[in-house]
Amino acid sequence: MDVVIIKYNAGNIRSVDFALKRMGIEAEITDDIQRIYAAKKVIFPGVGEASGTMKYLMENGLDKVLKRLSQPVLGICLGQQLMCEWSEEGNTDCIGIFDQPVLKFPPQDKVPHMGWNQLLNPVGPLFKNVQEGAYAYFVHSYYVPVCDDTVAECDYINRFSAAMHKNNFYATQFHPEKSGETGQRVLENFISL
Amino acid sequence: MLAKRIIPCLDIRDGKTVKGVNFLDIKEVGDPVELGAKYAMDGADELVYLDITASHEKRKLFSELVQRIAANLNIPFSVGGGINELRDADILLSAGADKVSVNSAVVRDPELVDQIARGYGSQFVIVAIDAKLEKGRWQVYINGGRQPVSKELFTWAREVQERGAGEILFTSMNHDGTKNGFACDALKELSEILSIPVIASGGAGTEKHFEDVFKSGKADAALAASIFHYNEIPIPKLKNYLKEHHINVR
Repeated sequence: MDVVIIKYNAGNIRSVDFALKRMGIEAEITDDIQRIYAAKKVIFPGVGEASGTMKYLMENGLDKVLKRLSQPVLGICLGQQLMCEWSEEGNTDCIGIFDQPVLKFPPQDKVPHMGWNQLLNPVGPLFKNVQEGAYAYFVHSYYVPVCDDTVAECDYINRFSAAMHKNNFYATQFHPEKSGETGQRVLENFISL
Repeated sequence: MLAKRIIPCLDIRDGKTVKGVNFLDIKEVGDPVELGAKYAMDGADELVYLDITASHEKRKLFSELVQRIAANLNIPFSVGGGINELRDADILLSAGADKVSVNSAVVRDPELVDQIARGYGSQFVIVAIDAKLEKGRWQVYINGGRQPVSKELFTWAREVQERGAGEILFTSMNHDGTKNGFACDALKELSEILSIPVIASGGAGTEKHFEDVFKSGKADAALAASIFHYNEIPIPKLKNYLKEHHINVR
């Protein structure tokens, strides 16, 4: 399977690569635009801060590349957020695949939302064989509200999008690469799309 | 609902997992990678690897081990010990660590918390605090509990939160190794004054102690070592106990 992980100035890229290796998949970590266009599957992971990361993507033309991709793309964590319209983090214009804002959690509970929380109403191909209420690992201070593209919800302070899907674009706020067997199933489901 | 986390802690010396009692009398207990993978299978929510010799002997960072851990583990893990500058954190991030925990170095140079948080995000930095209750005051210690410094637990915890710490890992030196329960009063106070998660450490001996630390101590996560290493409380059994006592665990 020809899988590419987009290389950019965000953390956590290595963990996704390791998770794929555990599934027997040798992915290529690259920022080469031609390679990204040609890949069968593209993963856009990330932990970090929105404005600095977005600036880097724009300087390297990766924002436009991502938007134009027609193969299955999976954004993870910050990846999901950057695929939205705008982020409250650093008042950042994002890639705009999902027509949604990214908002900061109000301080009614501890922020970041950190740890294992349940997936509610998981639907669609990403969640084949994933049970209602299965636990996934989250670490984030910003969230995407529940919307038409939401394919799994999570409840922390308020309901938000744990995962999204629109056309060939998929995204998870949780980290499938760190979510034990549930996460592995989500990655397997994405790879076998 | 967000689950309370159970975190086995693996102390590493010379690439092996060890466990001391009251920071002394160190015994070997097994291969860190195998032990970590076993805990992940058992339902551990996260792991902490601490290079216990690094801080005072200036040992080289154990990034090769971290890479092996990252390759084999499908749950998050943090690493600590010997992180003295931003570059040390960078090496561990590249090796695949999800978080770093910093302790002595940030007492000496608090600005390091800001630097790591700015560089890699708050979620990447846990500030570990060792403290001992002395004459009614929680005195902070560094260098593996060897050296007292002019800091008090609650003020210091608030300061590092302001500087961008994503979590606090508080070890009560009075409770560590005793198996008489966690420092629930101090933990409750910490949890109430902070807006970031608190990991409780030191004193776990029974399943009831975990129930107490979540209910009375208001901790977000509880860490323990020997009771897991010696299988005194298997993690699945602990989690069943907590579920029966209405604590939300995975």
